[in-house]
Amino acid sequence: MSTPLLEVTDLRTVFHTPRGDVHAVDGVSFSLAPGESLGLVGESGSGKSVLGRTVMGLIGSGATTTVSGSVLLGGRSVHDLRPAERRRLWGPEVAMVFQDPMTSLNPVKRVGTHLTETLRRHLRCSRADAVERGIDLLRQVGIPEPARRMRQYPHELSGGMRQRVVIATALACDPRLLIADEPTTALDVTVQKQILDLLASLVAERTMAMVLVSHDLGAVAGRTDRVQVMYAGRTVESGPTRPVFAAPDHPYTDALLASIPRLGNPPHTLLRTIEGNPPDMGRPPEGCRFAPRCGFASARCAEEQPVAAVVPGGREVACHHPILEVSRGR
Amino acid sequence: MTWLTLILGAALLAPLLPLGNHDDSVAGLTQPVFAAPGGLGAAHPLGTNNYGLDVLARAVYGARTSVVIALLAVLIGTAVGGLVGLVSGFVRGTTDRVVGILANALLAVPPLILLIALGTVLDPSVRSIAFALSLLTIPSMVRLARANTITVAQREYVLAARALGAGRVRLMLREVLPNVVLPVLSLSVVMISVLVVAEASLSFLGIGIEQPQPTWGNMIAEGQGGVMQEHPYIVVVPGICLFLTVFSFNLLGEKAQKRWDPRSAKL
Amino acid sequence: MAGSGTAHLRPDAERVVVVDDLVVEYPAGRGKVHAVSGLSLDLLPGETLGILGESGCGKSSAGRAVMQLPSPTSGSVRLGDVELTGLRARRMRAARSRMQLVLQDPVSALNPRRRVKDLVVEGLEIWGWGTRERDTFVDELLSSVGLDPETVRERRPHELSGGQCQRVCIARSLALDPDVLICDEPVSSLDVSVQAQILNLLERARERLRLSMIFIAHDIAVVKNISDRVLVMYLGKTCEVLPSASLEAALHPYTRLLLASVPDAADAGGADAPAVVGELPSPLAPPSGCRFRTRCPLATERCTIEEPVLREVRPGQFTACHHVDAPEES
Repeated sequence: MSTPLLEVTDLRTVFHTPRGDVHAVDGVSFSLAPGESLGLVGESGSGKSVLGRTVMGLIGSGATTTVSGSVLLGGRSVHDLRPAERRRLWGPEVAMVFQDPMTSLNPVKRVGTHLTETLRRHLRCSRADAVERGIDLLRQVGIPEPARRMRQYPHELSGGMRQRVVIATALACDPRLLIADEPTTALDVTVQKQILDLLASLVAERTMAMVLVSHDLGAVAGRTDRVQVMYAGRTVESGPTRPVFAAPDHPYTDALLASIPRLGNPPHTLLRTIEGNPPDMGRPPEGCRFAPRCGFASARCAEEQPVAAVVPGGREVACHHPILEVSRGR
Repeated sequence: MTWLTLILGAALLAPLLPLGNHDDSVAGLTQPVFAAPGGLGAAHPLGTNNYGLDVLARAVYGARTSVVIALLAVLIGTAVGGLVGLVSGFVRGTTDRVVGILANALLAVPPLILLIALGTVLDPSVRSIAFALSLLTIPSMVRLARANTITVAQREYVLAARALGAGRVRLMLREVLPNVVLPVLSLSVVMISVLVVAEASLSFLGIGIEQPQPTWGNMIAEGQGGVMQEHPYIVVVPGICLFLTVFSFNLLGEKAQKRWDPRSAKL
Repeated sequence: MAGSGTAHLRPDAERVVVVDDLVVEYPAGRGKVHAVSGLSLDLLPGETLGILGESGCGKSSAGRAVMQLPSPTSGSVRLGDVELTGLRARRMRAARSRMQLVLQDPVSALNPRRRVKDLVVEGLEIWGWGTRERDTFVDELLSSVGLDPETVRERRPHELSGGQCQRVCIARSLALDPDVLICDEPVSSLDVSVQAQILNLLERARERLRLSMIFIAHDIAVVKNISDRVLVMYLGKTCEVLPSASLEAALHPYTRLLLASVPDAADAGGADAPAVVGELPSPLAPPSGCRFRTRCPLATERCTIEEPVLREVRPGQFTACHHVDAPEES
């Protein structure tokens, strides 16, 4: 593998709230090569969105937040840059697609303005050039009649079209890394698939790296090379997407997958559930954070935080009692 | 806050306090006219007016009238306006349209002109002035209550309660009202200060409470015609009272709004 | 179609709910939104009917119109032998309490200023207590939906998680001992692991209380897991009605499209389904003939002119499409 484009090491994001510190991201590491795509999955409160934003540099140390650890993007530490330098990163180096396409577009600006503004700021090209490139971008993200759309306002477009515009804007400066934070959650099933396929094909065409943050394991499954499963601010399991989902080693991943209703199930199947609720991030349990809800938990789990260990197949699992192939009886 | 407790306390306890003469102009004849403020311990700490009446005493009794009128008016306005707004926002349809037109019409009349008109018709007692002033608050109360009711009525928990079989009255009182009452109350606190000023303007113009019963408005009016140049305290004392009262009610209203905002309450 | 028709009704069976030719229209600007156009359905005792469709297909409007919240523009809804449309307010409220509604967003479905112990018995406060003792009944209700009465009784909705709020909502609905439970996207705002808990809870409640259920959702796997029969809606019309066990053998091109759009975590290769063309037309001016024709790969001239009617293509499976033939039974 070539030198990593993105290298995140022991990243921690702590929010200081009146009720105490919330460790939203608590020691997460990963790296991403050019052209590679990573799925960050987890339930709400797992810290996956905060992680995405911290990597992007949108969340940094300040009065209410402390970020530690390092994020190296193309060899440069995102959090050590001065604000102006960091802004120059956004666009040509890293771009982000947010969940809600309605609120991430300015309602009083035309579609074209969104695109040409970004283009002209970063690439310093002429207005006519920018318009032409904007039309081309819209065509690339599969918008019919791109020239006409350039003159429309966001509210004149459907949700799926809007998300395509957001993606086009993100791609405007040809970023090397795209962070997509729940890009399809607000969309309909059939449109969801279109957008996910679009992202996957863009990654392939442009050898762009992508971090796809999602609570929807299905969305991540077919479209990422690797997956990282988060629980309560920590990585529980990471590895190549297909094998991880086919035979998870961490009890949480396993339980999460089992709790998804499957199309193949006969009607009235009772699902396997994970009892209890995710921990209060203000007061997370010591040791393994999943221990209170885990069927495999032992006394050790409650005391000692499991360290990510490499298991066969290029995976890392942070568990004292991983479900390995052996114990599955396979 | 301190000022409000002080002024309200003084107003309530006025008859018990060792104050000078505030309205008996016949008795005032024996006192010096336009006595300068003598400071603490003097017979007239803040001086006397042109009838020889004690300014401090008048300021305290004036607070009584001013604040009582404002409170009474806001009370009427909130109750009537809030209720009308709640019903019209909940029922919608024709009732709502009629109420809307009436409220807008009332808002369209310049308040001072409305007050002057009412002032000439009604006799200038505390009760009728309060009534006239409450007319000022009703339209904005109606609007606020109505707008809040409409948003609350569309919330899912209202739909859920309807699905449980709740009737209209129950929906209005149990589901909608508790969520509307707080924003309305915080507006009424702000309204109090508006009305204190409105009452003062009325009395200043001489169509409010009549002399010799003191209010801050007619006390300021005493400063008319050159009196103020020679004896500034006649105007300054009630003026400061007025300013501090309005200021503190506004602060209180703002605090109330923040405190009762459901969004912050959720945190 | 997105067609209409009543071939799928079962007049011979004992039915709890019969909906006939339900139409829901809302005024919108100068035109009107055709939310539901001629929906017919019936529900047997203890049966779960899943209504499947994307946002804007009218499934929620349909569910609420069945509850008479608000009453439909036209059509009939019968509950047992009571015709609900046109009932006077008082009798309507009484009849309505035999049906209960569970909504999508459980947090906003609970009055933020009231406590759990008051919320769960709201229905009983309205309809009278009978002989029940308040405190013990509250505790029984809460435990029956898997909540610990000690910890939640005194709380307000914002102090609970989404899953806990949904449990409170379900408890509140079940307190009135309804015949029919209408669930409008009850799990779509919940996390995967919580979704499984709620689905199981509904499933157990249905069995225990012999409930009939109308389960409205956009997630095809969720619908399949919980329903006996599935009704697929598109733009206010019924496309297909079929037993959920044979959902994967659906014939209508729209149902096929939904099936193909399912992202399945287990099937990590799921990116091979045909690309979907176009997006949902506006419900203000739905297409003539078959409403799905603008996105349908099979559409022909005939679909523009003539509206397809539901017909039985296999035993128990009804499809409204001109171009679907009953497959040869082998």
